[in-house]
Amino acid sequence: MTRARTFGLAVWEFIVGDDWRTAIGVALALGLTALVAAAGVSAWWVMPLAVLGLLALSIRRAARGASR
Amino acid sequence: MSGAEIGLALSVFLACTVEAVEALTIVLAVGTTRSWSSAIGGVGAATLALAVIVAALGPAITSLPIDVLRVLIGGLLLIFGLQWLRKAILRASGLKAKHDESQIYEEEAAAARAAGAKPTGFDGYAFTISFKGVLLEGLEVAFIVLTFGANQHRVGLAAAAAGLAILVVVLGGVAARAPLARVPENTMKFAVGVMLSSFGMFWGAEGAGANWPGGDAALLAIIPGVLIVAVAIVRTLSRTVHPTPPKKHQTTPTETTDQATVSA
Repeated sequence: MTRARTFGLAVWEFIVGDDWRTAIGVALALGLTALVAAAGVSAWWVMPLAVLGLLALSIRRAARGASR
Repeated sequence: MSGAEIGLALSVFLACTVEAVEALTIVLAVGTTRSWSSAIGGVGAATLALAVIVAALGPAITSLPIDVLRVLIGGLLLIFGLQWLRKAILRASGLKAKHDESQIYEEEAAAARAAGAKPTGFDGYAFTISFKGVLLEGLEVAFIVLTFGANQHRVGLAAAAAGLAILVVVLGGVAARAPLARVPENTMKFAVGVMLSSFGMFWGAEGAGANWPGGDAALLAIIPGVLIVAVAIVRTLSRTVHPTPPKKHQTTPTETTDQATVSA
């Protein structure tokens, strides 16, 4: 494994951790916020809803994993 | 000091205290069982490495345009904060083992004793374990200091809060001469998770072009909101993990027969 790949994996593990779906969800929610704001509509509500959903789904996955 | 700056200082202080307590446990374990001079050497080398990382990344991050900075850092902070919050919720609800500094100390000390004979001079094991422990715990602090500080252009304030936390933990460790097991680490991690997620959500949305009702004052609703949601999830999960046992009452022969039939 090259050093660059090792470094990239370490950075990924450090920031994203073991739940990549949440990271993708945050990126999508920010993109949606930008789209809604660019359309001239109030966009502040997108992130709280997204965070609520992402947190609930992440906990649900972890809880299912723990109970197995 | 504004409300956002108080939030910044408090978040960095709490996060840094938690990480410093964890690093202290590792350093204490290898220092007492192997070599204090080599363990302290590892701490010094890791601190130097962290200073270089902050010095290199700090100016690069602060030179980004404010909207790019907010969406990038808000997003990273939110991803990072949700990780902390998820683990804190799982610990609080009993689905994940709580962090126990005394137990970790015993494990680290046992590993250090099993690592072979102590050399008379420089002890590579004590140095390496101490270096890795401080560097890994310190990276999380450096990340929080840089992201929080850069976003509000108060890297100095964030660094001061981190420095104060390290000082408090080191003084506590010197006074106790034992792992700081009585620090309410799990509660502090819960608080840090709430703060990082709230600030990340706030800055990320602003960077993406949203305007929060009330501007910065929206944080006064966002932080309690995230806390209430997190506590509600803990309560719901706790009921599933530790269901309330049914109240004891005298059973009649009929009930016993019915139960036997059901369980069969």
